[in-house]
This record gives sequence, structure tokens and C-alpha cells, in this order.
Amino acid sequence: MSPISMVLVVIIAFLAGMEGILDEFQFHQPLVACTLIGLVTGHLTEGIILGGSLQMIALGWANIGAAVAPDAALASVASAIILVLGGEGTKGVSTAIAIAIPLAVAGLFLTMIVRTLSVACVHRMDAAAENANFKGVETWHIIAIVMQGLRIAIPAALLLVIPAATVQGALASMPAWLTDGMAIGGGMVVAVGYAMVINMMATKEVWPFFAIGFVLAALSELTLIALGVIGVSLALIYLAVTENKGSSNGGSGGNLGDPLGDILNDYE
Amino acid sequence: MANEVETTEVKANAVEPKKVELTQKDRRSVCWRSTFIQGSWNYERMQNGGWCYAMIPAIKKLYSKKEDQREALKRHLEFFNTHPYVASPVVGVTLALEEDRANGAPVDDVAIQGVKVGMMGPLAGVGDPVFWFTVRPILGALGASLALTGNILGPILFFLLWNVIRIAFMWYTQEFGYKAGSAITEDLSGGLLQKVTKGASILGMFILGSLIERWVSIDFKPVVSSVTLSEGAYIDWSSIPNSVKGIQTALTQYDSGLALSATKVTTLQDNLDSLIPGLVPLLLTLLCMWLLKKKVSPIVIILGLFVVGILGHLIGLL
Repeated sequence: MSPISMVLVVIIAFLAGMEGILDEFQFHQPLVACTLIGLVTGHLTEGIILGGSLQMIALGWANIGAAVAPDAALASVASAIILVLGGEGTKGVSTAIAIAIPLAVAGLFLTMIVRTLSVACVHRMDAAAENANFKGVETWHIIAIVMQGLRIAIPAALLLVIPAATVQGALASMPAWLTDGMAIGGGMVVAVGYAMVINMMATKEVWPFFAIGFVLAALSELTLIALGVIGVSLALIYLAVTENKGSSNGGSGGNLGDPLGDILNDYE
Repeated sequence: MANEVETTEVKANAVEPKKVELTQKDRRSVCWRSTFIQGSWNYERMQNGGWCYAMIPAIKKLYSKKEDQREALKRHLEFFNTHPYVASPVVGVTLALEEDRANGAPVDDVAIQGVKVGMMGPLAGVGDPVFWFTVRPILGALGASLALTGNILGPILFFLLWNVIRIAFMWYTQEFGYKAGSAITEDLSGGLLQKVTKGASILGMFILGSLIERWVSIDFKPVVSSVTLSEGAYIDWSSIPNSVKGIQTALTQYDSGLALSATKVTTLQDNLDSLIPGLVPLLLTLLCMWLLKKKVSPIVIILGLFVVGILGHLIGLL
């Protein structure tokens, strides 16, 4: 890898680390981070495919309140670097994914460490505020962000200086049953992200929509966009129907505001 | 002249006799800085540093006395935590309150902190399902499905759509909060908020149902049956001429429904698929949900699934 590529990779890693906490531009999402690393190292296609595969796994990873999710930033950056150094092209994608998962755990611990160190930063900010020192407050905030960036940039730089042959050797020494098995596992772990999301959102009221989505998805003619259109329409219809029901109930009471019930009654 | 003196006397606690206002430029600056609200996220007061960092342009504009600046900085270093994007309407309302205060209105620290804390809880309850669990999975799945084929449009679409939605949301809700002032708290606890949340969870659940069917992959390898087909039900390769003509014949026969070989192999997976496509992924997801509810760490489940994948492959099940 050329020195320029290396510098660019470290910069991307830094951005991903910052975004790992900020969660604004999404540079830490696999789809973006892996593609960018692929781009600057001349392995664009592999980067995109790795990003897409990892993104599927990371769909439900989100920081809720004080809870910290598996770290997408380190997982995407490090696995993309390993994919590029390994030099196996798109064949290396499933191995890279298998490596990414333990890295997501490592990243989780790193971000928890930085979040603890940041307590010291805000204490410095308190002291600066005591003197109405705007610059001081701003500087300590920026220092905290930089720490989050270095959290990913340093491991990325370390990975880069490890000779490519070592990475290749380590990857080649993995037996086929292990890599194949990990690829199979990778196909299943997607479910964990979905399960996290469902646990957050599911109520009795919305389960039927889950069932409709599940059944409709079996029709392979429907693209994801088409499914999205159906989903939005269902949501709008449901909101409109429940609203009408609510207002007429308020006006007249009883089951007069239950159009479906009325229809059913007519058939009795 | 006389009028001005009078105003100063009436508003005894006014910082400046002249009314100070936050211009659109000031509000833009605050909005941009609120992008970094989580930067110094810490286990003690969470987003407090980022919140204060975002407020600085407004504090500089509104308060000229060092004493007031100090109090304002300290006021905004109090505990704060919400979803990073829905912090924007709270920022807007707080800007309006600070402006009133700087112009002499009786807005005390408790009122400002009360509005911040009062809004952050319910708003986080909207931001998490809408952004993290609906918009990001949908855009992410859309981008990823394109990216899996190596299409650069996948990442580009994801990045652009996400940031357009995010920036528009942050700016317009901050402006809305600023204009609505403290009235927003009442508005947000009304029906609109609930509708948005419910609509998002309906869409989210629908999409999740389809994603599980499409993207969770499990393939059971064991062969359930191996039936020898009767003559005429498969392509008899020995009678196919060894030429271009032969390829045509073979394809025509295949198209009319003849099998490729003399034995029909049915794996366990084929049986399951004919029952309900995606049944096993669904069961796996339900199992994960149950484990998560039992407080099993997601990381443990993920690593466990890898172990299952490797062991299952070794014994020939997967």
C-alpha cells in the first residue's frame, strides 16, 4: 500500500472513530467506512461488497440512552483493512466479516474507556466556565472528540504497519471448515440486530404488520423499494382509520364508531 | 432618552436596555455546533459538554457581562441526554428562553433546566424508533442490497439520503422550537408525537418482517429423500446430440419442466421452504428476541451463532 493510501486510511479511521460517538454523518457505518477504505486503497468493489454485508449485520446496532451497542466503527475499518491487506479480493469478504465481529466487541470496550475519560474533560470545562472562558470550554470538548477519533485511528495505523504477509499468512492458516462455518454463522447473526430492534418497537398493535411484511417478502418480484411503499401506505391507512374511529367514538360512543363491527353486524 | 431610562428601571434585572436578538446566522451556527453534541459524551453528565459547546454562539451574543456569561456556561453544563437529532427542537426552545431572559423576562435557571429535562425524555422516545430503528435500517438495507452486488450507488444513496434527512430535520425542528418557544412542550405531548411514533413503528415492523425473510440465511444441508425419477421426467443426456443443436434441445426440455438428473434430491431446506419460506430465520429471530429479553448480551448471542455455524457445518447440518 502506498504511503498516501495509508495516510488516507488513517484519516478515514479517525472520521469513523469520531462518528462512532457523534452518529451524525454516518462515516462509521460499514456501508460508508468500508467503501471509503476500498476507494483509497484501490479495492473499491471489495470494499463496497464488504460494506454491504457488514451493514446487514449492523442494521440494528444503535446506542440507546447510556447503553452502548457493538461498535460499527472499529468493525468496519479494521475488517476493511484486513480485507485489503489479505489480497484475496471478494473471496476474502466472509473471512473479513467473521473477523469484524470480535472487533466490534473490542471497539465497544474502547468507546467505554473514552467515555469514562471524557468525564475528566467535562470537569475541565466546568473549571473554564467558572472563568467565563469560552475557548477553554470549546477546547476540552474538541479534545474529547479527538480522543474518540484516535480510538479507531490508532488501531487502524497499527494494522497497517503489520506486514501484509503476516496478515495473509494468518488468514491462509485458517482451515476451510472454520471459514465456511464462520460464513454460515455470519448469515445468521443478522437476526440478532433485527431481534434488538423488534424488542424495542413491538407492541400487540404492530405485530400484524410484521406478519404482512414477512409473508410479502417471499414474493421475490417485490423490490425493497416496493415493500417500503407498501409499508408506508399501510402505516398511513392505519393512522387514518384509527383516527376516524377515535373521533366518532368520542362523538357518539358505543360501537357506532366501529365501521368493521357495523359491517359484520350487517351480515348477522 | 427618557423612554429608555424608564425601560431599564422597569426591567430591573435586564442585562441590557436594548433588546438583543439571535439572528438567523447565530441560529445556524448553533445548529452546526449541535452536530457535535455527543462529542464529549461521558458517564457523568452525558451530552452536557456538547450541549454547552452548541450554546456558546448564543451565549456570546446574548450576554456581554462576564458574570452573566459564567452563569450561562454553568447552566448549560448540567446533565443532558437525548437522541442527538431530536435535541434540535430542545435547542430551539432553549434559545428562545435564553433570548427572553437576556431581554429581562423572568426566566430562571430552574425553568430552563426544566424545559430541557422535560423535553429530552419524550423526544428520545421518538428519535430512537424513528431514526435508529426505522430510517437507518431501511436506508441501510436499501444501500446494502445494492452494495452486495458491488454497486457504488448503494453507499452513495445511503450517505446522501441520510444526511439530507438529518440536516433538514435538525434545522427545521430547531427553528420550529425557537419560534414556538416554551409552547412546544405542550404541542409535543399532544397527538402528533404519538402519531409519528406509531407510524414509524408500523413501517419499521413491516420492513423488519420482510428483511428477516430476505436476509437471514440458514441452509439445512441434510438430504431428506433421494428419488429415482421415471424415464421421461428427466433429460436423457445420452440422447442429446453433442452440438449446438444439442444445447438447444436440452434447454427446451429443461424449460418444459424436465429434471436435470435421474435422481431428485430433496434437502431438509427444500421441505421447510415449501412449508413457509423463511420459517427458520423467523424462529431464529424469535429465539434471539427471547434471549435478549432474558438479558443475554447481544455479543454473547452473536458469538454463540458463530459457534453454532462452525459446529453445524462440521457435522454436515448446515
